[in-house]
Amino acid sequence: MADGAQPVGHRAGLVAAVLVAALILGCLLAVFLRAETGRGMAAADWAGVRFTVVQAALSALFSGVLAVPLARALARRRFAGRRLLIALLGAPFILPVIVAVLGMLAVFGRNGWVSLMLGWLGLPPLQIYGLHGVVLAHVFFNLPLATRLILQGWQEIPAERFRLAAQLGAGPRAMWQLLELPMLRRVLPGVLAVIFAICLTSFAVALTLGGGPGATTIELAIYQAFRFDFDLARAAMLSCIQIVLTGCAALIALRVSRNDGFGSGLDRPVQRWDAAGIAARVLDGGIIVMAALFLLMPLAAIGLAGAPGLHLLPGSVVVATLNSLLVALASTGVTLLLSMPMAITIALGRGRAVELAGLLGLAASPLVIGTGLFIVIYPLADPFDLALPVTALVNAVMALPFALRILVPRAQQVVTRYGPLALSLDMAGGPFLRRVLLPRMRAQIGFAAGLSAALSMGDLGVIALFADPERATLPLQVYRLMGAYQMQAAAGAALLLLVLSMALFWSFDRGGRWHAEA
Amino acid sequence: MLKLEQVEIDNGGFVLRADLAVPEGGKIAVIGASGAGKSTLIGAIAGFHPVVRGRLSWRGEILNDAPPGQRPVAMLFQDGNLFPHLSVAQNVGLGLNPDLRLNAAQSEKVREAIARVGLSEMETRRPAALSGGQQSRAALARVLVQGRPLLLLDEPFAALGPALKNEMLDLVQDLVRENGATLLMVSHDPMDARRIASQVILIEGGTAHPPQATGELLDNPPPALRAYLG
Repeated sequence: MADGAQPVGHRAGLVAAVLVAALILGCLLAVFLRAETGRGMAAADWAGVRFTVVQAALSALFSGVLAVPLARALARRRFAGRRLLIALLGAPFILPVIVAVLGMLAVFGRNGWVSLMLGWLGLPPLQIYGLHGVVLAHVFFNLPLATRLILQGWQEIPAERFRLAAQLGAGPRAMWQLLELPMLRRVLPGVLAVIFAICLTSFAVALTLGGGPGATTIELAIYQAFRFDFDLARAAMLSCIQIVLTGCAALIALRVSRNDGFGSGLDRPVQRWDAAGIAARVLDGGIIVMAALFLLMPLAAIGLAGAPGLHLLPGSVVVATLNSLLVALASTGVTLLLSMPMAITIALGRGRAVELAGLLGLAASPLVIGTGLFIVIYPLADPFDLALPVTALVNAVMALPFALRILVPRAQQVVTRYGPLALSLDMAGGPFLRRVLLPRMRAQIGFAAGLSAALSMGDLGVIALFADPERATLPLQVYRLMGAYQMQAAAGAALLLLVLSMALFWSFDRGGRWHAEA
Repeated sequence: MLKLEQVEIDNGGFVLRADLAVPEGGKIAVIGASGAGKSTLIGAIAGFHPVVRGRLSWRGEILNDAPPGQRPVAMLFQDGNLFPHLSVAQNVGLGLNPDLRLNAAQSEKVREAIARVGLSEMETRRPAALSGGQQSRAALARVLVQGRPLLLLDEPFAALGPALKNEMLDLVQDLVRENGATLLMVSHDPMDARRIASQVILIEGGTAHPPQATGELLDNPPPALRAYLG
């Protein structure tokens, strides 16, 4: 446009991006400077690296492999509740990890439902702690994600192709080779890479279901070096390893994954002619039922176990709940204050560097940032006093990539579609922001805020690093109750956490769409 | 007088040359093959494509670097002329104050303009609740309150059926006559040009030619135009 006229300024986004980059890179720098590389890596550190990579690889593999038949069943079947089930597949993303872990314990634990049934058959109970427990929990979280991504691949096969293949008389085998296998070859590597990257930084799952010399992730080792030995140099050295691991994984994931994420329009089943056989129908039905049970049973278990304990929650839980709500709201505010200007700058096409700053959060893990912040704050103030603000800040930075992914496409759309009209009406600046951009982006802002609030509400990461015995967020309090074997109270608090996380997400998301017009 | 003196317009690598003048009160159709640069010419006058050489001026005032909103121009685009989340009255009000802080006199002006285009009962409706023709009318009401001396139309009625389109063109003609505004209108239909425009700017070969009388040009088209008209 003449003299680069734009309906809104792009400087605020640059400032936000610089702040984010300074925070993340500053923390990484602090960690590098503090690490004692001369000491080298101990055997335990190598074991940690090995376990981290192995569990992430297994989690990605199982999630991906199991998601293929589930996605296929969902792609070619219509049944009552299909939409609901697909919507539910999005839920684990905002499900607090500690809640899911408690649910898994209730179902798959030593005294869980499955062990109980095994007992009736005279079989020994399940052992959930260790590698297989960690992988099981990761599959619980990532199978739905994988299914959504693969389902999207399925639905992007044009309906005309299926029609053509059916017209040529292709049966299930031919259909698989002709259409489905090529699609999977294209989609699956990205799915595996994304899940692998996610699981590399797993902390809360490893904290609760792993631990011990044989089942410690790097992220957990950072925490242990920090909390048990207060060995900052070692924590910093482990953080460096983690940075290299996550950095590489994030690069690979970005390279092989396609730019989708929160797929929409997944509730359209494709008309198929090849899967009408009774065997295929039974197979698909069985897979869907099994998957639904696997995903719903832990949640049902939390509901059943938690409800009786709700009215006798200890006072510490009430305080922790208030802390968590404060942290979640503050973190949401920071996420929006950073992501909105950044999204606008990216939408204006001035944002290569801004986009990069937005992705930095993916390459740095929460505990690495936490360690860095601790090193920076330690000489200046008591880090433990700042536990809650630091948690809110780190949560905000971690939610940033997701918020941007939601906000940027819409911002681009609004700027492209209404920018010229607004400019011709002399609406540039404040009026465009107030009268056009914000109203047009309300639904996306609400969704991003809901996601950010729920993620922060359920986060069990940095807070574990920074909290002293007097301070806790709700997820940390649940963990402490578990550690003290107060399982009844833990289940009650977990149920409360679950309800609050979902309620936060729902009210923001709903608020964004309230009275919104096309 | 709208003057383009030795002007070169850059639209993402495509360069359009123009050396022409449009008299005040003129009704000009801009025609040419698709991709010839009709929208580029209009867009440059409105301030969306940079004039990289030459002078663009209105009544002697140079516009080369003026921001789009501060030119003496009201413009209707091919689509998206209304904000879907604002009511008809708000969409029209934007023409008076882009932040919609209207005083009583301005609100009255908005009401009058809406009445003038025949949408009196629909002030509070959102665009989605209007027909295509009504949406065009609402956009024209805003043009009316803007009161700018130059009206640029980049085929805003292209999606309407022939009868409705003619109705809109007649309305445009009335409004332009009432205000004495200068009209530049992109069209790919020579019938539109005959209906409303007294002169035609033909665009071909990367050049916008000076306006010529509509009837003469269309009756005796040069080879390039003949090829386009078929």
